[in-house]
Amino acid sequence: MAAHSRGHPAMREREFSPAGTSPYWWIRPCAGPILFLSLLFLFLFLFTAAAASAAAPEEEKFTEELLLRPLPDRKALAHFHFRSSAPPAASVGRHHHLFPKAISQLVKKYHISELELSFTQGRWNYEQWGGFDPMSTNNAKPPGVELWAVFDLPLSEIDATWKNLTHTLSGLFCASINFLESSTAFSAPRWGFKLNEGNLRYGALPREAVCTENLTPWLKLLPCRDKAGIASLLYRPSIYKGYYHSQKLKLRSSQSLGIILDQTLTVVLQPNTVSGEQLHSNHGQLQPNWSMRHLFNRKLSGKCLVSKSSRVFIEVDKGIVDNVNKSGSDLSWSNEFFVLSNSPDKLIKGQNHVEIQSSFLYVYDASNYTEEKPLDVGITWKLPLVWTCTPSPFHASRFLMGSGNERGSIALSFMSTNLHKQISGSPTDCSIKAVIFQVVPWYVKVYYHSLEIFIDGSRKTVSEVVDKIHVIPSEDKLLPGTLEMLLRFPCSMQSGTLTLDFDKGFLHIDEYPPDANQGFDIPSALVSFPEFSSARSYPEIDPVLGSPLLENFQEDSVVKSYTEVLLVPLTTPDFSMPYNVITFTCTVLALYFGSLLNALRRRIGEEERELKKTVVILKKWQLLASILYRKFVDELF
Amino acid sequence: MAIRYWPMAAAAVGFRLVLVLFGGDLHLASRPEVSTPLTSLRRLAEGYWLKQASVSPYSGSMYHGSPLLLSVLGPLTNSRPDGHHAHIYCSLIFVAVDFLAAMLIRATGHKLQMARNRSLKSIDLTKAVNDTVNVSAGDVASLIYLWNPWAIVTCVGSCTSPIENLMVVIMIYGACSRLAPLAAFGYVMATHLSLYPVILIVPVILLLGYGPDAPPPKVFLIKGSSASKSDVSDNDKTTRQRAVQQFSWKPVLHFIFWLFILSCHVLLLSSVILKKVGGLHEMFEKTYGFILTVKDLSPNIGVLWYFFAEVFDFFRNFFLIVFNMNIIFMVLPLAIRLKHRPCFLAFVYTAIVAILKSYPSAGDSALYLGLLGLFVNELAEMQFTFFLFFGYIGVSLLSPVMHNLWIWRGTGNANFYFATGLAYTCLQTVLLVESVSSMIKHDRKLRLLVSS
Repeated sequence: MAAHSRGHPAMREREFSPAGTSPYWWIRPCAGPILFLSLLFLFLFLFTAAAASAAAPEEEKFTEELLLRPLPDRKALAHFHFRSSAPPAASVGRHHHLFPKAISQLVKKYHISELELSFTQGRWNYEQWGGFDPMSTNNAKPPGVELWAVFDLPLSEIDATWKNLTHTLSGLFCASINFLESSTAFSAPRWGFKLNEGNLRYGALPREAVCTENLTPWLKLLPCRDKAGIASLLYRPSIYKGYYHSQKLKLRSSQSLGIILDQTLTVVLQPNTVSGEQLHSNHGQLQPNWSMRHLFNRKLSGKCLVSKSSRVFIEVDKGIVDNVNKSGSDLSWSNEFFVLSNSPDKLIKGQNHVEIQSSFLYVYDASNYTEEKPLDVGITWKLPLVWTCTPSPFHASRFLMGSGNERGSIALSFMSTNLHKQISGSPTDCSIKAVIFQVVPWYVKVYYHSLEIFIDGSRKTVSEVVDKIHVIPSEDKLLPGTLEMLLRFPCSMQSGTLTLDFDKGFLHIDEYPPDANQGFDIPSALVSFPEFSSARSYPEIDPVLGSPLLENFQEDSVVKSYTEVLLVPLTTPDFSMPYNVITFTCTVLALYFGSLLNALRRRIGEEERELKKTVVILKKWQLLASILYRKFVDELF
Repeated sequence: MAIRYWPMAAAAVGFRLVLVLFGGDLHLASRPEVSTPLTSLRRLAEGYWLKQASVSPYSGSMYHGSPLLLSVLGPLTNSRPDGHHAHIYCSLIFVAVDFLAAMLIRATGHKLQMARNRSLKSIDLTKAVNDTVNVSAGDVASLIYLWNPWAIVTCVGSCTSPIENLMVVIMIYGACSRLAPLAAFGYVMATHLSLYPVILIVPVILLLGYGPDAPPPKVFLIKGSSASKSDVSDNDKTTRQRAVQQFSWKPVLHFIFWLFILSCHVLLLSSVILKKVGGLHEMFEKTYGFILTVKDLSPNIGVLWYFFAEVFDFFRNFFLIVFNMNIIFMVLPLAIRLKHRPCFLAFVYTAIVAILKSYPSAGDSALYLGLLGLFVNELAEMQFTFFLFFGYIGVSLLSPVMHNLWIWRGTGNANFYFATGLAYTCLQTVLLVESVSSMIKHDRKLRLLVSS
């Protein structure tokens, strides 16, 4: 059956479409011999097609998955994951059946080997929603737009290609990604963001607002758009009502893999249930009960027909698992703490890299549900439960110090979560590595020599803590400043702070945005902990299951967290009076020039002689006038 | 008038030392009046840090000074004793530099005084002129320089303008005492540090060629003609002819030779320092280019920053040319009119530079006000001195207030601060024009005295 369903996609679609939503229509009893014969032919055809495709490279695939997870602060997380993949270009030529053509053209034209574009609204709450799981490492993104790309090109051509790429993406996603074109907006980190050979470019637009106009083009890349399958749950008003909303597009391309396009949408929603407020008879507050209908205002009515697999996962955290285990009951879908509304098709245990059983996944196959019998999976709580998500080793936050519009300092603070004690006991002389990657716009002129480090309140020399530092200082109106730093904190550290002084730049009036007095945003810094991996492993997983979402979770990725965006107010000149300034300044300079030249030119001797002459003439006139006057007076009287 | 010079000078130096050692951090280093992007010691420290990290000190638009300063002052910015403000060693050097500059101004003043007395004697006017005023110009000038609050603030406020001022003073002293190598050293260094002293080549060559300031040649000619009518001894005649000096080429050629040698040296040293971290081309672009194109729009006491922050982009190049040419325009007319007073000419040029330079600071004004003291006898009849004196005080009080209102409190706006900048430029213009015209009047008075 697996072999049959892997037939030629176009053929499959054509053959399946008249029969409705179920892919199993052809095992129904047949009506007549003609139909039976044609079926036999079809069987043969599919079989040969399958054999051919087994010999040739894989065909294009599409999978859709949704993961739902209750969060400790009475919210729910929904993570949509869609993967489209295309085999290496040579085998299919320029035509695609499922894979979006716009993306494959983009990859081919700009020789992209990796690209990630995320649109985010709101900030991931690392303390409540976790900082150590694949969700926070891969899908917690800084507010606004973040774009990075690795190019498979000679270094000299990368900047020009990046500029073209930003314009293309800007058109593709109806966003101002083209602002990343200017050289003041992007940087080329070497190891602080991701290890590379200088072919990575990174840019962020922290103030970009994200809305449906960005989601619609993103949905267009899916073969079923939002008309069928899991994407049909994306009811706009309920998604944009959430606390956090991150829409991501990740591309990987290579000669052997072909192109893999991962589209994810991560939302944190507040379930709108009336029963959420109910108090349990014993003690404490029950978590809110929710189901898909509550979260999205929709139910899932079957899968997108062309998708290879279509699954819904409900994940319960390590915290819940521990609580349930402690109470002695087993983690079936209906236990003494909570009940899932449908019985799952499968149950998967997950482990994190320290071999602690971490989470449980209840799997539902969307293809088992139809329009008549839609899936509306949800969770109903029976007993109050309090748990916490595993945090990252340090909570990183960033803030500004100082007042006034002349100078200030950026401070990065690290608060220990004592995670290392849970993991590795507490050896006395261990240390934790942290990598900081920060891009600052040129008008924040950072004095890198002023770096000061305080650990638990006492000042340390830079060499004690900083293992490696790489700085690309900012150039006025040309380059942003990039700071990459590898730090080594002692395990016993409870709080650490780094400060950097900066001067605020003064801009030309044309360079201010329309709302200049609102201030300017400094993009989030990225803090990663290279010794900690957030990868999950699923030892019981069936390799045939082939879930890209779980594959992503299994990938080895370091724990990282983004800090807050900083808002720096800059002084503004008076925008209304360029003419006055020009005229005043020119008047003063003319005054200088004219009066100095006049002082040099004057011949005082000549002037005095002239003056004497005029005095003589004046005296003559006066004499004449007085004589006339006297005569006039004399004649009167 | 008896001025007790040494106690006053010692008190000024002591005052600076007290401010440096016990003043704590006065936050003068980030005042726009004190440090400009070119002279800020904080930026120098950043440049030195970048160089230590084997990045070009000019990468990043932080440092715009000379590589020589970087290697001399850079290591001092690194060490940071607790309890004192950040750049205490550099500040101590600046105190010494200021003292040296004051001493050289004093020596220049004595040289000028001697030349003046000699020339007055040769036209028999010693009595007539000296009856009115005769103050030791060197002492006055040096004390003005030492006690000028702006010079003190500049010296204490960690910026490199004291060194730039010292180089200009060395050049004038060297030229006055006809030491061609010293004059060439001062000239090369001053030009290397801040570009604008390049126009001082005119007074330096005049000084080396003709000697220090003297009354106009016409006076000597009148005196000579009137003396030749009456009977005078041959001895007397020769002294008068010596007073009207011919242009002597020897020291000038000497100067040009040294100029060439020293510029080569400076360039060589710079390229050695910048060997692995960028080259001379980048240095010129980031120092001279930065000065001429007014790239940094942060407020200072001049007017150009606001002008270029507001001016329409397509006029920018035009106005850059106009403002830079404005400095050069005045060189020739002044040189023609004041060629017999090269030292005064040097003062006028430094004042013009202080008015029109792209990043002016209080240090530039401190220099020309100090030099103004050298001509205390000649400019005794200057007008508007009361107005100017209180104008300077008023501006230097109002300007920080306006800056505070605008930048720190957010209650004022840029126009108020710009207005003090305009007023300051006007005051400087009045001072300049008045001093030039009263010098011309003084020369005329001498001629009248001689011919009468």
